[in-house]
Amino acid sequence: MQNSEVLQKIKNKFPDIVVEELPNALVIPKKALLDIARFLKNDMSFENCHCVTAVDRKDKLELVYHLYSTADHFMLTLKTMVPLDDLTVETVSLLWRSADWLEREVFDLFGIKFLGHPDLRRIMNPDEWTDFPLRKDFKSANLIVRPQSQGLKG
Amino acid sequence: MAVNEKIPGERIIEKFPGGEIILAKSEDLMKWAKGSSLWPLTFGISCCAIEMMATGASNFDIDRLGSGVFRGSPRQCDVMIVAGTICVKMGDCLKKLYEQMPEPKYVIAMGNCAIGGGIFYYDTYSVVKGTETLGVPVDVYVAGCPPRPENLLHGIMKLQEKIKHAKQRSVAKDKE
Repeated sequence: MQNSEVLQKIKNKFPDIVVEELPNALVIPKKALLDIARFLKNDMSFENCHCVTAVDRKDKLELVYHLYSTADHFMLTLKTMVPLDDLTVETVSLLWRSADWLEREVFDLFGIKFLGHPDLRRIMNPDEWTDFPLRKDFKSANLIVRPQSQGLKG
Repeated sequence: MAVNEKIPGERIIEKFPGGEIILAKSEDLMKWAKGSSLWPLTFGISCCAIEMMATGASNFDIDRLGSGVFRGSPRQCDVMIVAGTICVKMGDCLKKLYEQMPEPKYVIAMGNCAIGGGIFYYDTYSVVKGTETLGVPVDVYVAGCPPRPENLLHGIMKLQEKIKHAKQRSVAKDKE
């Protein structure tokens, strides 16, 4: 299938909720994540989830999934917005086993809780930490902020 | 045999002409032995460890300084070469390993990260800003990012010098 056909097939299946953003990137609502993920895995041959990450947009967190279809040679970016007052999202680690550790990493660095995750612990930082380092409002005694550059003088 | 023939440790021992007797201060002999058999701990935390491995290999040959015996257990070591970036999580391990080493023990901070955070000084939440911030005293700093094997050899030689010239700890002072 051509790239445009793949995207069109997803949009036909979920006509109201899927918004195309960048090339090969889809923005979906949080509630529909699991349905769309299941559809992509089972009906569309996206059997590889090789990246789960998040972006802090200050008023919300943006969760990003990178999925790859080996049959179509197509990489799809799936985005969903997570509001700050409800940092929970359904896990996809039961569909893609590779998402297990990736979701733990997102939890470790951004504090997004994945509902139904088999083992949601911090993956890299010390277990006793309570804050999330990649948030924009992160403060720590260990963090020395680089002073603003004065630019070239003279 | 000529008296002033070059012999190892000629500055601290004196050889009786013709005889098989040497004369030296026991302290000096001990220090000489200590400095010439610095067994390092196999403790490479990141990329500086590659240079440490190169130093241990035959091209640079750390063995000629007597410190090529990398040990896997801190209880058999004399010197800890902190070779690399110390993460917050690794900091606890480092302290524990240092405490497990028997006296006399020495620490070489190898590379800018082990000295003071290096390129991870600013805007990093997970890196300890130097070995000394953990409360582990450092004897020799080897600068570089990463230091060449020659630098590490020089650092070990500096440590040997430091051991040789260390003042004897007075027993009276300990009793106070």
